[in-house]
Amino acid sequence: MKLLARVFSTDHKVIGLQFFWSGLLMALFGALSAMLIRWQLAWPWSEMPVVGGLVFPKSGGVPSPEFYSALFTFHGTVMIFFVVIPLLTGWLGNYLIPLLIGARDMAFPVLNMISYWIMPFAMASLAIGFCVEGGSAQAGWTSYPPLATLTSATPGSLHGQTWWLLAIVLAGISSTLGAVNYVTTVVKLRAKGMGWLRMPLTVWALFLAACIQLAGIPVLTSGGILQLSDRVLGSGFYSASGSPLLWQHLFWFYGHPAVYVVILPAMGVVSDVLSVHARKGVFGYKPMVFSLLGITLLGFMVWAHHMFVSGMNPALGMAFGVATTLIALPSGVKVFNWLATLWGARLQLTSAMLFALGFVALFITGGLSGLWLACTPVDVYMHDTYFVVAHFHFIVFGGSVFGLFAAFYHWFPKMFGRMLDERLGRAHFVLTFVLAVGVFLMMHQLGLAGMPRRIADPTVYPSLRHLVPLNVSITWCALLLGASQVLFLANLFWSLWRGPRAPRNPWKAASLEWEADSPPPHGNFGAQPEVERGPYEYDPRTDGRDFQPQAVTLFPPA
Amino acid sequence: MRALVATLFALFAALAVWSFAVAPAHGWAMPENVATLGTSVDELFGKIQWIVGAFFVLTVGGLAWIVWRSAQGGGGARSALASHTKLEVLWTVVPGAILVWLALVQIAPWEAMKFSSSIPRSADGKPKPPLCEVWASQFDWRALYPGADGRCGTGDDLHSPYELVVPVNEPVVLALHSRDVIHSFFVPSFRLKQDILPGRETLVWFECTKPGTYDLLCAELCGWGHYKMAGSVRALPRAEYEQFLERKTRELSSNGMEDTK
Ligand SMILES: [Cu+2]
Ligand SMILES: [Cu+2]
Repeated sequence: MKLLARVFSTDHKVIGLQFFWSGLLMALFGALSAMLIRWQLAWPWSEMPVVGGLVFPKSGGVPSPEFYSALFTFHGTVMIFFVVIPLLTGWLGNYLIPLLIGARDMAFPVLNMISYWIMPFAMASLAIGFCVEGGSAQAGWTSYPPLATLTSATPGSLHGQTWWLLAIVLAGISSTLGAVNYVTTVVKLRAKGMGWLRMPLTVWALFLAACIQLAGIPVLTSGGILQLSDRVLGSGFYSASGSPLLWQHLFWFYGHPAVYVVILPAMGVVSDVLSVHARKGVFGYKPMVFSLLGITLLGFMVWAHHMFVSGMNPALGMAFGVATTLIALPSGVKVFNWLATLWGARLQLTSAMLFALGFVALFITGGLSGLWLACTPVDVYMHDTYFVVAHFHFIVFGGSVFGLFAAFYHWFPKMFGRMLDERLGRAHFVLTFVLAVGVFLMMHQLGLAGMPRRIADPTVYPSLRHLVPLNVSITWCALLLGASQVLFLANLFWSLWRGPRAPRNPWKAASLEWEADSPPPHGNFGAQPEVERGPYEYDPRTDGRDFQPQAVTLFPPA
Repeated sequence: MRALVATLFALFAALAVWSFAVAPAHGWAMPENVATLGTSVDELFGKIQWIVGAFFVLTVGGLAWIVWRSAQGGGGARSALASHTKLEVLWTVVPGAILVWLALVQIAPWEAMKFSSSIPRSADGKPKPPLCEVWASQFDWRALYPGADGRCGTGDDLHSPYELVVPVNEPVVLALHSRDVIHSFFVPSFRLKQDILPGRETLVWFECTKPGTYDLLCAELCGWGHYKMAGSVRALPRAEYEQFLERKTRELSSNGMEDTK
């Protein structure tokens, strides 16, 4: 009974960590599939290590083209819907929101528990896809009909696609329930004195990401149900005589804002981590809040930039091109404010800080390459080439994943009550940064040279054959990037059991979560905290304690 | 650590600039443009490259410099400034103005590429009829030229599998069709890409300015064989183009039956 109560816990911290562990597990599969994709692109139709022998004993471990399609479909789906979204909203949202606003738990703890326990069913659906006739879904993570709805169009569309849709619909329901909770909690459960403009930017970002999810996911989920209906009930919403473009609109209506669901929380985390470890308040708090708001609102007006060459009305393309160009502005404002935060500061180069700094460098790159893609005539060339792949990996890996690592190193002591090994953490940063650049930077050049994404063998085209050396070097970096994550895993598991005990406030940070024990007990705070000031009261010019905690201090500083 | 991180960021900035600067010399840039509409694409690309380059060097270079210069450990900070209205206005208005300019300059070339009002006109002022139909299907390309009756879809159509042949130095309109799923007609050297939806006709137009053979790729995932859906576009002077059509017509009659190849 006690075990059952722990597994189906309604404590936001337990649920947050459940999202953490399952996100980590899915990330392993996502990373593995990425390495296999790279293997095929560097050495097409050669024996795939490990997996090859298991999946293709007949061909001597050589993958089939449809398996390659299944791989990149799986990679995109897992990384977006089962890794970065659940980690940034499920893990960080659950764990941090109540602690950072001084609440004892979420507004709807039971709903919260249900939102997590839908995820294993979604993961199971994804896994079942690999076991059915024809194999797992092969229409890409975007699953455009009619490829996804005609059962004869590709082997994965026979049965695998149905399981893919089920997984997406379930994951969507899970995220929606979570989002209801985050929004309500932030609106209703802020501690006394925690005005809107006293909330840490992490909370603002998680709150706005949840708003995006509330508005967007139901559209994608209903779109998914329509596609299920096309496949299972024989309707024709997306058939050639219906509207294949309708799916693209419904998909991207959330598919694009989903990018902001995975970048806003990372931006929030990075703002806080930079501030704490630079011993300086966030520069321009209000512009930072307004730019988050701006991104949230504009983020719903740019989805059709994925469809410039889709055959939709070109007048729409023009409008979406203009809106997409302008959305660069709030992101630019954030970059300048981060740099101003760091300006003249006293940087503590902890692992968390390093990943936050790395985030800034890589996010700038991904944001700037978006300017070419927002320009409609240029995007005609770039669309569906590796340039786009480079662009969004700088955002999702350089942005979201670096943000996640920064959060991991920053809040691990609070979450697990132990300190991580800083030397391992710094080595992990250096390797991850260098190898991520090695993997993603030159993908811009692959795309410029005209290499389309989602092709199993670029050497088919004479004009792409000179790209082989580039593809091989990218693959080597990708394999090493995967291998270097051993440092992260080793640090995590070693510190979990052997790390030194964490004090209550190891980073001398001002926000509320550091007033609670590490890890916080059920109910989080001994006495309800009362908030007296904003979260960024650092003044390094003073002697001794250089920060003012947000709350009336309940305990002497540890 | 401070020096290492600053160097890392500086090296990254240098590498990124280098990767774009040397791209043309290594075949890592867009292939030579051989179409009239492609000129505006290359111009826009170049302009954006300057803007991106400037902001990239300013911000990532700035980050490296800030880390390099930062005080460490016990030393106090030089600045505890929390906000500065003039600075905020500056770095909102300047990039904002550049972005608005960028949003506006893309409109005209986009219109010329995709608006149906921009379809090239023939001598009588009417939109030019398509030179041929291009049929995409899993996983091949097939051009269908109208025969003597001037229409496609009749018995005397001229088939050209995998290769589209067009006259050079004159505007060409193509009618794109798909037999099954979505494909995308992509000719990098023309800066031309257009998805082809099944069940409807999609028009594209271009004017190739240099005789030669250019890669035709499928850019939209269309199934397991998507990677090998390769074709080519051969641009010929008008006279040779006429010869090509004549040869195709002869092939058709010498078979004495519809050429299904
Ligand atoms: Cu988008
Ligand atoms: Cu294709």
